[in-house]
Amino acid sequence: MANDPSSLKTAASQIRFLGTARSGTRAAWAMHVTSIVLIPLSIAFVFILVTLVHKDFVKAHAELGRACPTILFLLFVSASIYHMKIGMQSIIDDYIQDTHWKSWALVANLSFCATVGLASVYALLKISFA
Amino acid sequence: MAEIDTHTQNLAARRPLSPHLQIYRPMLTMTMSIMHRITGAALYAGTLLLAWYLIALASGRAQFEVASAVLGSAPGLVVLFGFTWALFHHFLGGLRHLIWDMGHGMDAEGREFLAKATLTGGITLTVLVWLVAFAVA
Repeated sequence: MANDPSSLKTAASQIRFLGTARSGTRAAWAMHVTSIVLIPLSIAFVFILVTLVHKDFVKAHAELGRACPTILFLLFVSASIYHMKIGMQSIIDDYIQDTHWKSWALVANLSFCATVGLASVYALLKISFA
Repeated sequence: MAEIDTHTQNLAARRPLSPHLQIYRPMLTMTMSIMHRITGAALYAGTLLLAWYLIALASGRAQFEVASAVLGSAPGLVVLFGFTWALFHHFLGGLRHLIWDMGHGMDAEGREFLAKATLTGGITLTVLVWLVAFAVA
């Protein structure tokens, strides 16, 4: 890794600016916080989903159009997206090392989380406001 | 990133590595550990289902009927059941990790108890919630 004899860079400069593997304090603390807030939010999520089961379009729209379920869903989605982004990142860090695939995997992870998160937020807001 | 040079690679190929998966009998706690990761990854993929449902509901009756039909079909229900179980298993596993983070339950009995509680709790909660959902409907 930092040992390429054909490189003109020193060993130290070969590894500089690669960034942390996110096993650092900030990601670990974020995992703790998201896990804790996801305890009540997941319970709320399951509750609301159960009320949505078997509802047809009009009733489901009315149900999710109210403030309380929408806000809880928005909070759940936000916390989950951050939680799963860090989680998948640690999976990538564990299994993909030292290849150019790792950078692509990290970018793909970020893109997926951002896309799913923002799409869900858009949909929830549209249900409420449209 | 830079590749390792061939000399280091040859040395690495000849050095013995400590075997783990090849020799360890699957124990409950190590299986639960990888299951926590696997359920997490499954939930990661499953967020697509949630996003699809929400976007379909926001887009109009036609799209919602399609999403409803697919998710309510037999294979769809199987997937949703598995997703529910993954959610509860990962949820209880997360509680287990938070208990460990506070320093409790790390002795031999505590570990085994927490692992079994997670496993049985996950299955129980899944069945319970699905029964309630079908009773309510």
